[in-house]
Amino acid sequence: MCLGVPGRVIAIDDASGVATVDFFGVRQAVRLDVVDEPVAPGDYILNHVGYAIRRIPHVEIEATLALYQLLLEESSRDDLMAADVRTEIQGAAATNGRGAA
Amino acid sequence: MTGPRPAGAADAAELRFRDPGRARALAAALDRATRATGRDRVAVMHVCGTHEQAIARFGLRAVFPPALDVIMGPGCPVCVTDLLEVDEGVVLARQGVRIATYGDMLRVPGTVMSLADAQAAGAKVDVVYSVAQAVDIARRTREPLVFFATGFETTAVATAAAILADPPENFSVLVAHKYIPPVMEIVAEMPHSRVEGFLAAGHAATITGWGIFEGFVARHGLPVVVAGFEPLDILAGLLRLVEMIRDGRPAVANMYPRCVTREGNLRAQEQMFRVFRPTGGRWRGIAHIPNGNLRLRDEFAHVDARRRFAIDVTTLWDSAPSPLTQQCVCGDIMAGIASPDGCPLFGKECVPDTPVGACMVSSEGTCRIWFQYGGHPDLREVGGGTP
Repeated sequence: MCLGVPGRVIAIDDASGVATVDFFGVRQAVRLDVVDEPVAPGDYILNHVGYAIRRIPHVEIEATLALYQLLLEESSRDDLMAADVRTEIQGAAATNGRGAA
Repeated sequence: MTGPRPAGAADAAELRFRDPGRARALAAALDRATRATGRDRVAVMHVCGTHEQAIARFGLRAVFPPALDVIMGPGCPVCVTDLLEVDEGVVLARQGVRIATYGDMLRVPGTVMSLADAQAAGAKVDVVYSVAQAVDIARRTREPLVFFATGFETTAVATAAAILADPPENFSVLVAHKYIPPVMEIVAEMPHSRVEGFLAAGHAATITGWGIFEGFVARHGLPVVVAGFEPLDILAGLLRLVEMIRDGRPAVANMYPRCVTREGNLRAQEQMFRVFRPTGGRWRGIAHIPNGNLRLRDEFAHVDARRRFAIDVTTLWDSAPSPLTQQCVCGDIMAGIASPDGCPLFGKECVPDTPVGACMVSSEGTCRIWFQYGGHPDLREVGGGTP
Protein backbone atom coordinates (compact mmCIF):
# COMPACT_ATOMS: atom_id res chain seq x y z
CA MET A 1 0.00 0.00 0.00
CA CYS A 2 3.00 2.30 0.47
CA LEU A 3 4.95 1.32 -2.60
CA GLY A 4 4.60 3.47 -5.68
CA VAL A 5 5.66 2.12 -9.05
CA PRO A 6 7.05 4.17 -11.94
CA GLY A 7 5.64 3.90 -15.46
CA ARG A 8 5.79 5.66 -18.85
CA VAL A 9 2.80 7.63 -20.07
CA ILE A 10 1.55 6.37 -23.46
CA ALA A 11 -1.54 8.50 -23.97
CA ILE A 12 -3.77 10.91 -22.08
CA ASP A 13 -7.52 11.37 -22.29
CA ASP A 14 -7.95 15.01 -21.34
CA ALA A 15 -11.72 14.74 -20.88
CA SER A 16 -11.49 12.10 -18.16
CA GLY A 17 -8.07 13.01 -16.76
CA VAL A 18 -6.93 9.42 -17.20
CA ALA A 19 -3.58 8.40 -18.65
CA THR A 20 -2.67 5.10 -20.21
CA VAL A 21 0.64 4.14 -18.62
CA ASP A 22 3.08 1.36 -19.45
CA PHE A 23 4.49 -0.42 -16.38
CA PHE A 24 7.23 -2.78 -17.50
CA GLY A 25 5.08 -3.98 -20.39
CA VAL A 26 1.71 -3.87 -18.63
CA ARG A 27 -0.69 -1.07 -19.58
CA GLN A 28 -2.89 0.42 -16.95
CA ALA A 29 -5.22 3.40 -16.54
CA VAL A 30 -3.83 5.98 -14.12
CA ARG A 31 -5.74 9.02 -12.90
CA LEU A 32 -4.02 12.41 -13.03
CA ASP A 33 -6.17 14.15 -10.39
CA VAL A 34 -3.40 14.69 -7.83
CA VAL A 35 -0.12 14.92 -9.80
CA ASP A 36 1.20 18.46 -9.42
CA GLU A 37 2.97 18.98 -12.72
CA PRO A 38 1.74 18.79 -16.33
CA VAL A 39 2.10 15.28 -17.68
CA ALA A 40 2.58 14.45 -21.36
CA PRO A 41 3.06 11.21 -23.31
CA GLY A 42 6.66 10.04 -22.84
CA ASP A 43 6.85 11.32 -19.26
CA TYR A 44 7.39 8.91 -16.38
CA ILE A 45 5.09 9.07 -13.38
CA LEU A 46 5.05 7.42 -9.97
CA ASN A 47 1.76 5.52 -9.65
CA HIS A 48 0.14 4.84 -6.36
CA VAL A 49 -3.15 2.89 -6.15
CA GLY A 50 -4.18 4.08 -9.60
CA TYR A 51 -3.23 7.74 -9.12
CA ALA A 52 -0.08 9.47 -10.34
CA ILE A 53 1.52 11.21 -7.34
CA ARG A 54 4.71 12.49 -8.98
CA ARG A 55 6.16 13.23 -12.41
CA ILE A 56 9.68 11.82 -12.28
CA PRO A 57 12.38 14.14 -13.63
CA HIS A 58 13.81 12.75 -16.89
CA VAL A 59 17.37 12.59 -15.59
CA GLU A 60 16.26 10.41 -12.70
CA ILE A 61 14.29 7.82 -14.62
CA GLU A 62 16.93 5.16 -14.95
CA ALA A 63 17.80 5.16 -11.27
CA THR A 64 14.13 5.04 -10.36
CA LEU A 65 13.35 2.05 -12.57
CA ALA A 66 16.33 -0.05 -11.52
CA LEU A 67 14.95 -1.45 -8.27
CA TYR A 68 11.72 -2.56 -9.88
CA GLN A 69 13.48 -4.18 -12.81
CA LEU A 70 15.68 -6.10 -10.43
CA LEU A 71 12.73 -7.30 -8.39
CA LEU A 72 10.76 -8.35 -11.44
CA GLU A 73 13.65 -10.11 -13.15
CA GLU A 74 15.29 -11.84 -10.21
CA SER A 75 12.45 -12.69 -7.87
CA SER A 76 10.47 -15.90 -7.64
CA ARG A 77 6.71 -15.74 -7.83
CA ASP A 78 6.26 -16.03 -4.09
CA ASP A 79 8.67 -13.23 -3.20
CA LEU A 80 6.78 -10.82 -0.94
CA MET A 81 8.25 -7.56 -2.20
CA ALA A 82 8.09 -8.57 -5.86
CA ALA A 83 4.46 -9.59 -5.32
CA ASP A 84 3.68 -6.09 -4.05
CA VAL A 85 5.31 -4.61 -7.15
CA ARG A 86 3.33 -6.95 -9.41
CA THR A 87 0.12 -6.05 -7.60
CA GLU A 88 0.80 -2.39 -8.24
CA ILE A 89 1.64 -3.07 -11.87
CA GLN A 90 -1.35 -5.28 -12.53
CA GLY A 91 -3.56 -3.38 -10.14
CA ALA A 92 -6.39 -2.72 -12.53
CA ALA A 93 -6.69 -6.46 -13.10
CA ALA A 94 -6.86 -7.26 -9.37
CA THR A 95 -9.74 -9.60 -8.85
CA ASN A 96 -12.44 -9.84 -6.27
CA GLY A 97 -11.83 -12.17 -3.35
CA ARG A 98 -8.05 -12.00 -3.40
CA GLY A 99 -6.18 -12.28 -0.16
CA ALA A 100 -3.37 -10.05 0.96
CA ALA A 101 -2.25 -7.78 -1.86
CA MET B 1 2.11 -25.04 8.44
CA THR B 2 5.76 -24.21 8.01
CA GLY B 3 8.23 -22.58 10.35
CA PRO B 4 9.75 -19.16 9.79
CA ARG B 5 11.86 -18.65 6.67
CA PRO B 6 9.95 -20.79 4.16
CA ALA B 7 10.51 -20.85 0.42
CA GLY B 8 11.44 -17.41 -0.78
CA ALA B 9 13.82 -16.67 2.04
CA ALA B 10 16.57 -18.15 -0.05
CA ASP B 11 16.05 -15.42 -2.62
CA ALA B 12 18.43 -13.17 -0.76
CA ALA B 13 21.22 -15.59 -1.57
CA GLU B 14 20.62 -15.15 -5.29
CA LEU B 15 20.84 -11.41 -5.17
CA ARG B 16 23.67 -9.11 -5.94
CA PHE B 17 23.84 -5.43 -5.23
CA ARG B 18 23.63 -3.53 -8.49
CA ASP B 19 26.89 -1.84 -7.56
CA PRO B 20 28.75 -4.09 -5.09
CA GLY B 21 31.70 -1.71 -4.87
CA ARG B 22 29.52 1.17 -3.82
CA ALA B 23 27.60 -1.00 -1.39
CA ARG B 24 30.88 -2.13 0.19
CA ALA B 25 32.10 1.46 0.50
CA LEU B 26 28.80 2.61 2.03
CA ALA B 27 28.75 -0.27 4.51
CA ALA B 28 32.34 0.46 5.54
CA ALA B 29 31.55 4.16 6.00
CA LEU B 30 28.45 3.26 8.00
CA ASP B 31 30.55 1.05 10.23
CA ARG B 32 33.12 3.83 10.80
CA ALA B 33 30.44 6.42 11.52
CA THR B 34 28.67 4.11 13.98
CA ARG B 35 31.94 3.41 15.84
CA ALA B 36 32.73 7.13 15.88
CA THR B 37 29.54 7.88 17.82
CA GLY B 38 31.35 6.31 20.78
CA ARG B 39 28.13 4.55 21.86
CA ASP B 40 27.71 0.86 22.60
CA ARG B 41 24.53 0.80 20.57
CA VAL B 42 22.87 3.23 18.19
CA ALA B 43 19.17 2.78 17.38
CA VAL B 44 17.39 4.37 14.44
CA MET B 45 13.83 3.82 13.29
CA HIS B 46 12.22 3.65 9.89
CA VAL B 47 8.47 4.05 9.49
CA CYS B 48 7.76 2.23 6.26
CA GLY B 49 6.84 -1.36 5.46
CA THR B 50 8.55 -1.10 2.10
CA HIS B 51 11.82 -0.11 3.80
CA GLU B 52 11.52 -3.19 6.00
CA GLN B 53 10.79 -5.34 2.93
CA ALA B 54 13.91 -4.05 1.20
CA ILE B 55 16.10 -4.37 4.32
CA ALA B 56 14.93 -7.94 4.91
CA ARG B 57 14.74 -9.02 1.30
CA PHE B 58 18.22 -7.83 0.42
CA GLY B 59 19.67 -9.10 3.70
CA LEU B 60 20.87 -5.63 4.66
CA ARG B 61 21.00 -6.32 8.39
CA ALA B 62 23.90 -8.63 7.63
CA VAL B 63 25.97 -5.65 6.48
CA PHE B 64 24.79 -3.15 9.10
CA PRO B 65 27.35 -2.53 11.84
CA PRO B 66 26.70 -4.83 14.82
CA ALA B 67 26.17 -1.80 17.07
CA LEU B 68 23.50 -0.28 14.80
CA ASP B 69 19.87 -1.28 15.44
CA VAL B 70 17.56 -0.43 12.56
CA ILE B 71 14.06 -0.78 13.99
CA MET B 72 10.78 -0.76 12.12
CA GLY B 73 8.26 1.57 13.72
CA PRO B 74 4.59 2.12 12.92
CA GLY B 75 5.06 1.99 9.15
CA CYS B 76 2.48 -0.59 8.17
CA PRO B 77 -0.81 1.16 7.44
CA VAL B 78 -2.86 -2.02 7.62
CA CYS B 79 -1.32 -2.91 10.97
CA VAL B 80 -2.09 0.40 12.65
CA THR B 81 -5.71 0.45 11.51
CA ASP B 82 -7.50 0.19 14.83
CA LEU B 83 -9.57 -2.80 15.90
CA LEU B 84 -12.65 -0.60 16.21
CA GLU B 85 -12.20 0.67 12.66
CA VAL B 86 -12.11 -2.91 11.38
CA ASP B 87 -15.16 -3.63 13.57
CA GLU B 88 -17.04 -0.77 11.88
CA GLY B 89 -16.39 -2.30 8.47
CA VAL B 90 -17.38 -5.77 9.69
CA VAL B 91 -20.63 -4.48 11.23
CA LEU B 92 -21.55 -2.68 8.02
CA ALA B 93 -20.80 -5.80 5.97
CA ARG B 94 -22.90 -7.95 8.31
CA GLN B 95 -25.75 -5.47 7.98
CA GLY B 96 -25.79 -6.29 4.29
CA VAL B 97 -23.95 -3.19 3.05
CA ARG B 98 -21.54 -3.88 0.21
CA ILE B 99 -17.94 -3.07 1.22
CA ALA B 100 -14.94 -2.43 -1.03
CA THR B 101 -11.50 -2.72 0.57
CA TYR B 102 -7.84 -2.91 -0.31
CA GLY B 103 -6.74 -6.56 -0.40
CA ASP B 104 -4.32 -6.12 2.47
CA MET B 105 -7.18 -5.22 4.82
CA LEU B 106 -9.32 -8.25 4.06
CA ARG B 107 -7.84 -10.63 6.63
CA VAL B 108 -6.90 -8.12 9.31
CA PRO B 109 -8.59 -9.18 12.54
CA GLY B 110 -11.01 -6.87 14.29
CA THR B 111 -12.16 -7.50 17.83
CA VAL B 112 -13.77 -10.80 16.89
CA MET B 113 -13.52 -11.19 13.12
CA SER B 114 -12.05 -9.84 9.90
CA LEU B 115 -13.79 -8.68 6.73
CA ALA B 116 -12.74 -12.02 5.22
CA ASP B 117 -14.63 -13.82 8.00
CA ALA B 118 -17.69 -11.67 7.30
CA GLN B 119 -17.30 -12.42 3.59
CA ALA B 120 -17.13 -16.16 4.28
CA ALA B 121 -20.36 -15.81 6.26
CA GLY B 122 -22.08 -14.29 3.23
CA ALA B 123 -21.33 -10.57 3.43
CA LYS B 124 -20.59 -8.72 0.19
CA VAL B 125 -16.93 -7.67 0.29
CA ASP B 126 -15.10 -6.59 -2.86
CA VAL B 127 -11.33 -6.35 -3.00
CA VAL B 128 -10.18 -3.38 -5.06
CA TYR B 129 -6.77 -2.13 -6.07
CA SER B 130 -7.86 1.50 -6.23
CA VAL B 131 -10.62 3.67 -4.81
CA ALA B 132 -11.40 4.44 -8.46
CA GLN B 133 -12.48 0.81 -8.88
CA ALA B 134 -14.77 1.13 -5.86
CA VAL B 135 -16.41 4.13 -7.50
CA ASP B 136 -16.83 2.08 -10.68
CA ILE B 137 -18.54 -0.73 -8.74
CA ALA B 138 -20.90 1.81 -7.18
CA ARG B 139 -21.76 3.17 -10.63
CA ARG B 140 -22.46 -0.34 -11.96
CA THR B 141 -24.41 -1.84 -9.09
CA ARG B 142 -26.37 1.19 -7.86
CA GLU B 143 -26.64 -0.45 -4.44
CA PRO B 144 -25.06 1.32 -1.45
CA LEU B 145 -21.31 0.76 -1.53
CA VAL B 146 -18.91 1.72 1.24
CA PHE B 147 -15.21 2.04 0.49
CA PHE B 148 -13.11 1.15 3.55
CA ALA B 149 -10.49 3.88 3.19
CA THR B 150 -7.29 2.79 4.93
CA GLY B 151 -3.66 3.77 4.59
CA PHE B 152 -1.35 6.71 5.05
CA GLU B 153 -1.21 9.98 3.11
CA THR B 154 -0.30 8.16 -0.10
CA THR B 155 -3.72 6.50 -0.24
CA ALA B 156 -5.56 9.35 1.51
CA VAL B 157 -4.84 11.65 -1.44
CA ALA B 158 -6.44 9.08 -3.78
CA THR B 159 -9.54 8.85 -1.56
CA ALA B 160 -9.75 12.65 -1.48
CA ALA B 161 -9.48 12.87 -5.26
CA ALA B 162 -12.23 10.27 -5.72
CA ILE B 163 -14.52 12.16 -3.33
CA LEU B 164 -13.88 15.44 -5.14
CA ALA B 165 -14.58 13.84 -8.55
CA ASP B 166 -18.34 13.69 -7.99
CA PRO B 167 -18.88 10.02 -7.13
CA PRO B 168 -22.38 8.51 -7.49
CA GLU B 169 -24.89 9.01 -4.69
CA ASN B 170 -24.70 5.38 -3.50
CA PHE B 171 -20.93 5.68 -2.84
CA SER B 172 -19.70 6.49 0.63
CA VAL B 173 -16.48 6.10 2.58
CA LEU B 174 -15.58 4.60 5.95
CA VAL B 175 -12.45 6.62 6.61
CA ALA B 176 -9.63 5.07 8.64
CA HIS B 177 -6.75 7.03 7.08
CA LYS B 178 -3.67 7.73 9.21
CA TYR B 179 -1.20 10.59 8.91
CA ILE B 180 2.45 9.69 9.58
CA PRO B 181 4.14 12.89 10.84
CA PRO B 182 2.20 13.01 14.17
CA VAL B 183 3.04 9.41 15.09
CA MET B 184 6.76 10.18 14.82
CA GLU B 185 6.27 12.76 17.57
CA ILE B 186 4.66 10.18 19.85
CA VAL B 187 7.33 7.55 19.22
CA ALA B 188 10.08 10.12 19.82
CA GLU B 189 8.51 11.03 23.17
CA MET B 190 8.01 7.47 24.37
CA PRO B 191 9.74 6.95 27.72
CA HIS B 192 12.89 4.85 27.44
CA SER B 193 12.93 5.24 23.66
CA ARG B 194 16.41 4.52 22.33
CA VAL B 195 15.63 5.93 18.90
CA GLU B 196 18.18 8.57 17.91
CA GLY B 197 17.04 9.25 14.38
CA PHE B 198 14.37 8.50 11.83
CA LEU B 199 14.44 7.23 8.26
CA ALA B 200 11.32 8.74 6.71
CA ALA B 201 9.30 6.89 4.08
CA GLY B 202 10.11 8.03 0.55
CA HIS B 203 6.70 7.77 -1.01
CA ALA B 204 4.70 9.25 1.86
CA ALA B 205 7.18 12.15 1.78
CA THR B 206 6.45 12.52 -1.95
CA ILE B 207 3.11 13.88 -0.75
CA THR B 208 4.12 15.79 2.41
CA GLY B 209 7.55 17.00 1.27
CA TRP B 210 10.64 16.86 3.46
CA GLY B 211 10.18 20.36 4.89
CA ILE B 212 7.47 19.04 7.19
CA PHE B 213 10.13 17.27 9.26
CA GLU B 214 12.05 20.45 10.10
CA GLY B 215 9.72 21.23 13.00
CA PHE B 216 10.15 17.69 14.28
CA VAL B 217 13.94 18.01 14.25
CA ALA B 218 13.74 21.33 16.11
CA ARG B 219 11.37 19.93 18.74
CA HIS B 220 13.12 16.64 19.41
CA GLY B 221 16.73 17.19 18.39
CA LEU B 222 16.62 14.00 16.33
CA PRO B 223 17.76 13.86 12.69
CA VAL B 224 15.44 12.73 9.89
CA VAL B 225 16.58 11.35 6.54
CA VAL B 226 14.17 10.77 3.66
CA ALA B 227 15.33 7.69 1.78
CA GLY B 228 14.32 5.62 -1.23
CA PHE B 229 13.92 1.87 -1.44
CA GLU B 230 16.98 0.59 -3.29
CA PRO B 231 19.46 -1.24 -1.06
CA LEU B 232 21.97 1.48 -1.90
CA ASP B 233 19.41 4.22 -1.13
CA ILE B 234 18.85 2.70 2.29
CA LEU B 235 22.56 2.32 3.07
CA ALA B 236 23.22 5.90 1.97
CA GLY B 237 20.28 7.15 4.02
CA LEU B 238 21.45 5.33 7.14
CA LEU B 239 24.98 6.63 6.68
CA ARG B 240 23.72 10.22 6.56
CA LEU B 241 21.57 9.59 9.63
CA VAL B 242 24.41 8.09 11.69
CA GLU B 243 26.77 10.88 10.60
CA MET B 244 24.34 13.45 11.99
CA ILE B 245 24.04 11.45 15.24
CA ARG B 246 27.84 11.23 15.45
CA ASP B 247 28.23 14.96 14.89
CA GLY B 248 25.37 15.95 17.19
CA ARG B 249 23.94 18.12 14.41
CA PRO B 250 20.39 16.96 13.77
CA ALA B 251 18.75 18.17 10.57
CA VAL B 252 16.56 16.93 7.74
CA ALA B 253 18.37 15.36 4.80
CA ASN B 254 16.63 14.41 1.58
CA MET B 255 18.39 11.42 0.04
CA TYR B 256 15.53 10.70 -2.36
CA PRO B 257 15.35 13.89 -4.43
CA ARG B 258 14.09 12.07 -7.50
CA CYS B 259 10.73 11.58 -5.79
CA VAL B 260 10.68 14.02 -2.86
CA THR B 261 10.84 17.82 -2.85
CA ARG B 262 10.92 20.24 0.05
CA GLU B 263 7.29 21.28 -0.29
CA GLY B 264 5.95 17.95 -1.55
CA ASN B 265 2.95 17.58 -3.82
CA LEU B 266 1.00 20.75 -3.02
CA ARG B 267 -1.93 19.86 -5.24
CA ALA B 268 -2.35 16.53 -3.47
CA GLN B 269 -2.00 18.15 -0.03
CA GLU B 270 -4.60 20.77 -0.92
CA GLN B 271 -7.12 18.10 -1.95
CA MET B 272 -6.33 15.91 1.05
CA PHE B 273 -6.85 18.69 3.58
CA ARG B 274 -9.88 20.09 1.74
CA VAL B 275 -11.60 16.73 2.25
CA PHE B 276 -10.06 15.57 5.54
CA ARG B 277 -9.22 17.18 8.85
CA PRO B 278 -6.57 15.70 11.15
CA THR B 279 -7.99 14.53 14.43
CA GLY B 280 -6.80 12.45 17.34
CA GLY B 281 -7.41 8.73 17.35
CA ARG B 282 -6.08 5.33 18.24
CA TRP B 283 -3.40 3.55 16.24
CA ARG B 284 -3.69 -0.15 16.91
CA GLY B 285 -1.43 -1.25 19.71
CA ILE B 286 0.45 2.03 19.93
CA ALA B 287 -1.41 4.93 21.48
CA HIS B 288 -3.90 7.69 20.96
CA ILE B 289 -2.14 9.86 18.38
CA PRO B 290 -3.11 13.55 18.41
CA ASN B 291 -3.82 14.58 14.81
CA GLY B 292 -2.85 11.08 13.65
CA ASN B 293 -6.20 10.24 12.06
CA LEU B 294 -7.76 11.84 9.00
CA ARG B 295 -11.54 12.23 9.08
CA LEU B 296 -14.04 13.77 6.66
CA ARG B 297 -14.85 17.44 7.05
CA ASP B 298 -18.51 18.40 7.58
CA GLU B 299 -18.89 19.51 3.96
CA PHE B 300 -18.41 15.89 2.94
CA ALA B 301 -20.99 14.42 5.31
CA HIS B 302 -22.87 13.12 2.26
CA VAL B 303 -20.10 10.60 1.54
CA ASP B 304 -19.44 9.74 5.20
CA ALA B 305 -20.54 6.16 5.91
CA ARG B 306 -20.46 6.91 9.66
CA ARG B 307 -23.19 9.49 9.17
CA ARG B 308 -25.19 7.60 6.55
CA PHE B 309 -25.41 4.28 8.40
CA ALA B 310 -26.03 3.33 12.00
CA ILE B 311 -22.85 1.44 12.93
CA ASP B 312 -23.03 -0.18 16.35
CA VAL B 313 -19.81 -2.10 16.93
CA THR B 314 -21.01 -3.35 20.32
CA THR B 315 -23.23 -5.83 18.46
CA LEU B 316 -20.03 -7.75 17.67
CA TRP B 317 -18.86 -8.08 21.20
CA ASP B 318 -21.12 -10.95 22.23
CA SER B 319 -18.50 -13.24 20.71
CA ALA B 320 -15.28 -13.62 22.62
CA PRO B 321 -12.00 -12.78 20.90
CA SER B 322 -9.45 -15.54 20.43
CA PRO B 323 -7.39 -16.04 23.61
CA LEU B 324 -4.29 -16.11 21.40
CA THR B 325 -4.72 -12.42 20.56
CA GLN B 326 -3.91 -11.58 24.17
CA GLN B 327 -0.39 -12.95 23.66
CA CYS B 328 0.16 -10.99 20.43
CA VAL B 329 2.83 -8.28 20.79
CA CYS B 330 2.02 -6.45 17.52
CA GLY B 331 1.60 -3.18 19.40
CA ASP B 332 5.05 -3.34 20.95
CA ILE B 333 6.52 -4.38 17.60
CA MET B 334 4.97 -1.38 15.85
CA ALA B 335 6.17 0.92 18.63
CA GLY B 336 9.66 -0.45 17.99
CA ILE B 337 10.15 -1.91 21.48
CA ALA B 338 9.77 -5.59 20.54
CA SER B 339 10.70 -7.65 17.50
CA PRO B 340 8.91 -10.65 15.99
CA ASP B 341 11.42 -13.17 17.28
CA GLY B 342 10.53 -12.04 20.80
CA CYS B 343 6.89 -13.07 20.31
CA PRO B 344 5.90 -16.55 21.57
CA LEU B 345 3.39 -16.95 18.73
CA PHE B 346 5.65 -15.91 15.83
CA GLY B 347 6.05 -18.72 13.30
CA LYS B 348 4.13 -21.12 15.53
CA GLU B 349 0.48 -20.29 16.14
CA CYS B 350 0.86 -17.09 14.11
CA VAL B 351 1.72 -17.66 10.44
CA PRO B 352 0.54 -15.96 7.23
CA ASP B 353 -2.21 -18.53 6.61
CA THR B 354 -3.59 -18.20 10.13
CA PRO B 355 -2.44 -14.79 11.40
CA VAL B 356 -3.14 -13.85 15.01
CA GLY B 357 -2.13 -10.21 14.70
CA ALA B 358 -2.24 -7.60 11.97
CA CYS B 359 1.57 -7.57 11.61
CA MET B 360 1.42 -11.11 10.16
CA VAL B 361 -1.34 -10.24 7.65
CA SER B 362 -0.03 -7.39 5.58
CA SER B 363 2.89 -7.70 3.19
CA GLU B 364 4.13 -4.54 4.92
CA GLY B 365 3.83 -5.97 8.43
CA THR B 366 7.05 -6.65 10.30
CA CYS B 367 6.07 -10.22 11.21
CA ARG B 368 4.94 -11.09 7.68
CA ILE B 369 8.22 -9.72 6.27
CA TRP B 370 10.40 -11.50 8.83
CA PHE B 371 8.45 -14.71 8.30
CA GLN B 372 9.36 -14.71 4.63
CA TYR B 373 12.87 -13.34 4.70
CA GLY B 374 14.07 -13.73 8.26
CA GLY B 375 14.86 -10.66 10.30
CA HIS B 376 18.57 -11.05 11.00
CA PRO B 377 20.09 -12.89 8.06
CA ASP B 378 23.29 -14.78 8.50
CA LEU B 379 26.15 -13.27 6.52
CA ARG B 380 26.65 -16.51 4.62
CA GLU B 381 23.06 -16.44 3.39
CA VAL B 382 23.39 -13.13 1.62
CA GLY B 383 25.74 -14.46 -1.00
CA GLY B 384 28.55 -13.05 -3.04
CA GLY B 385 27.08 -9.57 -3.31
CA THR B 386 27.73 -8.90 0.34
CA PRO B 387 30.23 -6.13 0.87
